[in-house]
Amino acid sequence: MARAAVLGRLIWQVGTVAEIRDETAAARTITVDLPDWPGHEPGQHVDVRLTAPDGYSAQRSYSIASAPGGKRLELTVQRLDDGEVSPYLTQVLETGYPLELRGPIGGWFVWDPASTGPVLLVAGGSGVVPLMSMIRTRDMTGSTAPFRLLYSVRTPEAAFYPAELARRAKARAGLDVSYVYTRTAPPGSPLPPGRISASVLAAAGVTFAGPASAGYSRDAPPAVFICGPTSFVEAAANLLLQAGHDSRMIKTERFGPSGG
Amino acid sequence: MIAPLDGNVLAGPLGELFAVDITSAMGQCASCGARNPMAMARVYVDAPGMVARCRSCDAVIVRLVRSAGQAWLDMQGISSLQLRMPSE
Amino acid sequence: MGIVSPGFSGRRRAGAEHLPPGQYLVTDFPVLSAGPTPKVDTGSWQFRITTETGQVQTWDWAAFQALPNEDITVDIHCVTKWSKLHTGWRGVSLDTLLAQAETSAQYALAHSYGGYTTNLPLEDLRDGQAWIAYEFDGEPLDPEHGGPARLLVPHLYFWKSAKWVQAIDLREDDEPGFWESLGYHNYGDPWREQRYWGD
Repeated sequence: MARAAVLGRLIWQVGTVAEIRDETAAARTITVDLPDWPGHEPGQHVDVRLTAPDGYSAQRSYSIASAPGGKRLELTVQRLDDGEVSPYLTQVLETGYPLELRGPIGGWFVWDPASTGPVLLVAGGSGVVPLMSMIRTRDMTGSTAPFRLLYSVRTPEAAFYPAELARRAKARAGLDVSYVYTRTAPPGSPLPPGRISASVLAAAGVTFAGPASAGYSRDAPPAVFICGPTSFVEAAANLLLQAGHDSRMIKTERFGPSGG
Repeated sequence: MIAPLDGNVLAGPLGELFAVDITSAMGQCASCGARNPMAMARVYVDAPGMVARCRSCDAVIVRLVRSAGQAWLDMQGISSLQLRMPSE
Repeated sequence: MGIVSPGFSGRRRAGAEHLPPGQYLVTDFPVLSAGPTPKVDTGSWQFRITTETGQVQTWDWAAFQALPNEDITVDIHCVTKWSKLHTGWRGVSLDTLLAQAETSAQYALAHSYGGYTTNLPLEDLRDGQAWIAYEFDGEPLDPEHGGPARLLVPHLYFWKSAKWVQAIDLREDDEPGFWESLGYHNYGDPWREQRYWGD
């Protein structure tokens, strides 16, 4: 798989919307065909620019949800009611429409599929999007790196890709998915609703505290990727540091207060 | 409250100016000497320009102003950048 | 300019009133900042004016509150294109604060808690054009919007209205401030759309 280590400044490109599908009541996945797309690495994002007829423009960043490959990429966009770009992308955009974007952007918050070490993915809300690119890439490349996703959402209905995550976890060994429901948990869920906390981390088996089978060993600490709204990322990062993860193994991407 | 974003947001605007990704570069703060990945800077984007501050001491390390046809970049707050180059 | 996005018109509203070129009207009050909000309590707050000859005048909060103040209603224009009309402030006029200063300086440089600076001609601070404002909309000025006190110079782009103002130096030479040294126009008249160098 080609690495997207392109030399050259970022330029705007126009793609065409090939497909739109709903993920949740407030989020959609948009598939865009881009004839000049140079490829990307899992974790990278694009900037999307909208321009009105009078020249007024607005721009936002969205993580790439799809694994690398070809001239097509997927973005999953959450609608913010007071947003300027997300309402257009989730309510006005249709297949066949042009969409202007530039990328791939970001060389730090990326997972290298050639690496074999364990990976801990911690997602807050729409922060799951770049982490999903990593999970999809893991399957696409046949990587056996052990992956664990800890996904914090308000309610089960707010989760992106639940069926796909369950399917991937079942189809191939090495992917574990646990959810943290902060507002409403589904019946029979092991934990009562509540925000991520030290005991949530321990129960999810992502600390060093327990026996090796229930957590990580210090001989093989995981690379940690945390993504979501700023407050979630800061809380999760602090909890993971307190649980013994090394700050040099933790990479974070903050979406801002509203989560992108 | 203004909560800063992290240095990942520099990747787009600086990606227009630099041929290599800046966010994975290690930057040394000219004020306190701390070396951190640029991705870990605290970045204020809701300003007339973009302002990145050192994660360790909060000093301004990068400023960027964009108009339609111009960019102004100040990196006086970074005394050195260490960049990983793609293998040739 | 990018390709036109079918069906996109953006959030901004056209103003019914006459706005400076390129501006749009807002009804909220956007917060823009180059750094963390300084925490300044009125117990330790001080405002200082220093002339070009080194004459210094300072006021603590109590002394400042004892000065004659004004309630004013002004339109404000941010260089990021939003304008807010008929904003209500209470503050002390720079004419009052400069009354005792013996100066022939032409320029001023405002300093804020937290390190921000902005420059302007001294004459733009005089004659009822500028205030040190400490109330907005009838309430004490929120730290997010520059409280305890900010400079208010509504006839120029709002980056000149330095939040968390701490001092004004009167100078014989002009020293560009934080944004003026990085592309923003040295004067900043919204009606002549002086946003950037060379405008």
